[in-house]
Amino acid sequence: MPAATSSSVTSSSVIRPARLAVDIGGTFTDVVLELPAGERITTKLLTTYDHPGSAVLEGIATVMDRAGVAASEIGLIIHGTTLATNALIERRGANTALLTTEGHRDALEMAHEDRFEQYDINIDRPVPLVPRHLRLPVRERMNRDGNILVSLDESTIQRHLSVLDNYGIQSVAIGYLHAFVNPIHELRTREILADARPDLSISLASEVAPEIREFERLSTACANAYVRPLMESYLARLAGELKAQGFLCPFLLMTSGGGLTTLDTATRFPIRLVESGPAGGAILAQRISEHLGLDRMLSFDMGGTTAKLCLIDDGKPLTSRSFEVDRVYRFKKGSGLPVRIPVIEMVEIGAGGGSIARIDKLKRIQVGPESAGSEPGPAAYDRGGNKPTVTDADIALGRVYPEKFAFPLNLARANQSIQDNVAQLLESDINLAAFSISEVVDENMASAARTHAAEFGMDLAEREIVAFGGAAPLHAARLGHKLGATQIIIPPDAGVGSAVGFLLAPISYEVIRSRQQIVANLDHQLVNDVYTEMRSEALAIVQEASTSNNLVETRQAYMRYVGQGHELAIDLPPGPYTDLHRALFTEAFEQTYTNLYGHRIEGIDIETLSWTLTVSEPATQRLRQPNLEPDAPLKSIGEYSVFDAETATRRDVPVYLREQLAANVFINGPALITEDQTTTVISSSFNASINKLGCIVLTKKQTLGENSE
Amino acid sequence: MNNPLDRLRLQLLWDRLLAIVEEQAQTLIRTAFSTTVREAGDLSTGVFDTNGQMLAQAITGTPGHVNAMAASVGFFLRKLPLDTLEPGDVLVTNDPWHGTGHLNDFTVVTPVFKNGQAVAMFAATSHIADVGGLGFGPDGRQVFEEGINLPIGYLFRAGKINETLIAILRANVRDPRAAEGDLYSLTACNKAGSDSLLAAMDEFSLDNLEAVGEMIIENSRAAMLEEILELPKGVWHNTMQVDGYSEPVDLVCCVTISNEGISVDWNGTSGTSTHGINVPLTYAQAYTSFGVRCVIGNDIPNNAGSLDVVRVTAPAGCILNAPRPSAVSARHAIGQMLPDVVLGCLDEPLKGQVPTEGAACLFGPVFLGGEGMIAGSRSEPFVMNAFYTGGTGARPEKDGLSCTAFPSGVRSTPVEITENAAPLVIWQKEYLPDSAGNGEFRGGFGQIMEFGHSNDEAFAVSKMFDRIDHPPRGRHGGGDGAPASVYIKDGPVLKGMGREVIPAGSRMILKTAGGSGRGHPENRDRDSISSDELSGLISKD
Repeated sequence: MPAATSSSVTSSSVIRPARLAVDIGGTFTDVVLELPAGERITTKLLTTYDHPGSAVLEGIATVMDRAGVAASEIGLIIHGTTLATNALIERRGANTALLTTEGHRDALEMAHEDRFEQYDINIDRPVPLVPRHLRLPVRERMNRDGNILVSLDESTIQRHLSVLDNYGIQSVAIGYLHAFVNPIHELRTREILADARPDLSISLASEVAPEIREFERLSTACANAYVRPLMESYLARLAGELKAQGFLCPFLLMTSGGGLTTLDTATRFPIRLVESGPAGGAILAQRISEHLGLDRMLSFDMGGTTAKLCLIDDGKPLTSRSFEVDRVYRFKKGSGLPVRIPVIEMVEIGAGGGSIARIDKLKRIQVGPESAGSEPGPAAYDRGGNKPTVTDADIALGRVYPEKFAFPLNLARANQSIQDNVAQLLESDINLAAFSISEVVDENMASAARTHAAEFGMDLAEREIVAFGGAAPLHAARLGHKLGATQIIIPPDAGVGSAVGFLLAPISYEVIRSRQQIVANLDHQLVNDVYTEMRSEALAIVQEASTSNNLVETRQAYMRYVGQGHELAIDLPPGPYTDLHRALFTEAFEQTYTNLYGHRIEGIDIETLSWTLTVSEPATQRLRQPNLEPDAPLKSIGEYSVFDAETATRRDVPVYLREQLAANVFINGPALITEDQTTTVISSSFNASINKLGCIVLTKKQTLGENSE
Repeated sequence: MNNPLDRLRLQLLWDRLLAIVEEQAQTLIRTAFSTTVREAGDLSTGVFDTNGQMLAQAITGTPGHVNAMAASVGFFLRKLPLDTLEPGDVLVTNDPWHGTGHLNDFTVVTPVFKNGQAVAMFAATSHIADVGGLGFGPDGRQVFEEGINLPIGYLFRAGKINETLIAILRANVRDPRAAEGDLYSLTACNKAGSDSLLAAMDEFSLDNLEAVGEMIIENSRAAMLEEILELPKGVWHNTMQVDGYSEPVDLVCCVTISNEGISVDWNGTSGTSTHGINVPLTYAQAYTSFGVRCVIGNDIPNNAGSLDVVRVTAPAGCILNAPRPSAVSARHAIGQMLPDVVLGCLDEPLKGQVPTEGAACLFGPVFLGGEGMIAGSRSEPFVMNAFYTGGTGARPEKDGLSCTAFPSGVRSTPVEITENAAPLVIWQKEYLPDSAGNGEFRGGFGQIMEFGHSNDEAFAVSKMFDRIDHPPRGRHGGGDGAPASVYIKDGPVLKGMGREVIPAGSRMILKTAGGSGRGHPENRDRDSISSDELSGLISKD
């Protein structure tokens, strides 16, 4: 059953086939159909956990029906899914074993030997995906240069076959020390296993994450092996069903790095799909920043359980190669399973519409990270929840216009939950208690953004904020105020922002190799050879999906001063390289280092640990110019009582319907703009207008006395 | 302060101060040159009111700085009172007795001015890799051998760098660029904190931090006292003996719980050591206090109010209140043992809701080799300092954690990174079966490591290992953890502390201690037993 369906009209001069984007999230499955003329038809369904494909097919059928489009008219289907993540979180993956270097079978579990929380004696370290009795030691050893110290003892592999049989192992990860430099032992092991047990799914650490640092590499390989059989069968089945329904177009998958990849690659490296939904949202924000020429942006995605913030400078989102799945302890770093994959870097905190408020022993209001989720959900949803959530506070404050909400809201329950759990303990009235909940969650998000920016050496002041996800437009104005934002931008279809972002993503693929090199003695021939190999690997994958003869290649090296613990990603010029590039690489590193840290360090060697190469299509999918009424009169659909903190009283504010807003509209806050999947709150210190992309733009009023609104 | 909106404002301001010191810490981590700061989180940052009372401190990897930095700011103010300071002043020291316990830790203090008035101070401490002298290790006999000591003084005066001080520092350390860079990094993180604080004061229209400071300190103190009110009152004792440098050290602890707070006294503890494992009082106070705070009021932020409720004393001249000029470089070897002793005292009043003894002290070998390090060697010179861990003690309702740092929070170094940084091969690094103390809840497992030179040359190792003669002791019927040991493979046993050479062709074996157990082993549930047996970590018998 669709939870909500809507459409927005846009236009374009270029004719191209219709395209579909599907995003399976934790709670909702979003489907967006983009027609040749630019019109978008969207729908949101509850995710069908047992057969995720059924919500996908139902959602597709819904939007196709509404548009009257046939399967043969669709030119491309893009899919992003959180299924791999869910399988990891819920531990529903395959029975998996790890073959690893003798003497090191516990590397996967020992991790960094640290605690992610100092003051809690009861924390548990993340449980590895492969238990000790299935971490099988193999006699072999390479040194750091990839030279063999101990040859592969094939008989140990033969002996492990009975263990694989006894435990019903479906999937195997193979990860040996230093094999990212020389994988021959891993390759030979795969040959032996494939011969002996042809049905086994096999993942090599040297292919999944060919990078130095054994724990992260093995963790990534095991996660890949763990979700691979499941993802393989899910994707094959969905692709088959789509084909059977007449969709003969290409079917591409959204990756965590923000690029699209083929079904075949997604099937071999499903771990690259884990953060695809959030990546889609960041791509949407990025393309808006490009289109509007905004070079300092913060993307703000707030859903039911978490908020995600991503810094986008000069049209490029911050990227990295490390991500943690399933941070079980208050979303704290170190409490999840690390995977080394290309990702769009963002900070994620437990702050969403469902986040629960409580009073701690210091009489402070705490909000989240515990969430009421979709079951039982906020108290106002009337599904058995009685703890006060951020959504309940928003509803109590009058920020949600109930008549336009997707289902009936129980206002009395929202108020009661706040009264019993917050207002009473604080000896305050419900309005102030609800306002306090909202302020604390906004402050939490602002703090997370500040710490994230400090961690990456970036400045937060005077950014534009792009807000999307169901809860973001309700909180964006206040967050923007706290962070000193210049403008808040709320794109059309903000409630399904990730899926809209999928439609804007380029086909691309990133590969990596670790080859440690002192830059001053760079062996350019070795680096050129590695890059030749990497290019053919990436090209092969991209050309499966793209016919573009304009493919773009970008390169980065992970460099640091010798002795440092962390590397910086440095953009490299195109190859091939010669002796002259030693100076160029040095200069590029020192430039970046100086920008970040304010100074360079003389007299210490610079080294490169890893090299990456990305092949991508040029981003050609343009944001459409909407076709809005040039100047229709501004009509409110009603008035609603909203709490105003400045006067600590409620006041009636006008409510507008987003789809009725004209291109030249100007709204003097306070006001509400409502649409199917969210509400935009315009506080008294903001004005609203509509920009050329159809986004709502909130701009700070130029007045005095704006300490609070 | 009964108006809910005013209370909300103060709470938001408190939350903001906590966020600002996190931001300050992130800036330090990002800009620090020292790898122990970047990788291991060996740093601390905090904001103080004009009386030197700490209002907020970042949560970082080391409990060793908790009270130590707070006390340090008091020493700064006594020597250089706030009314003598002006905008652009930045103060510094690495004096072990006025800072955080050894010369490697530099503390930088920056006053913040608003409209010409001092409104706050930011302090930051980080570990600088080399400070000259013998280098990081326990072999010094007096602090003079351990490196350069800068007494409390100006790093910047009215915005101008103290060039004489920098020149003296540069002339006395092995890596002058890193040392100088780390001082700039400490200065920069205090600057970042100051800028954010001033912006927040503008946003909240504040001229001073008095109201919020009072609220933070009073609320935190009250929350601590409220928690203590529920505990039984009385006096509890515990003693733990550890290996020490060359002779055993007795750590004698007495905890008094009263309605006014908790006092911990170390009367009866052994005297100072001849070598560098002595502990200045502030560092002993930090780890002692952590031992209390990890089980009492552990969700109350560290500040003058919450810290003040736990008072720590040690008689002058004992190893936990070592006078100048005792050698203190490896003060962590003893300091990290203190929480186990304190937790032993608290076991009874907290009705067993505390962990049992664990490996506690980090196992931090420093490997050296090659030309200039080993007589006659002509090969690649290297120095490699790594940290490894043993098992923690059993928890109230859970097993201990295997190979996990406690009480310290530092991270270990990956095998591949170690082998790339030095011509070493780590042939084995695995949990050590049967090393955990048994019990209803067993301890965490220690590990076994085998180190060799990649060309089978001789190499040296500087050791700071404890728990060899004194393994972690179990409680309530639980067994002891296995002792640590270090020896040459198929050869002689090595000492736990100090430098020795591993001959050509030989390999060194290090076994870290296992955590101890709690409760009678016969009460252990069957599932846990079978799961341990399945993992191969407990022998079937």
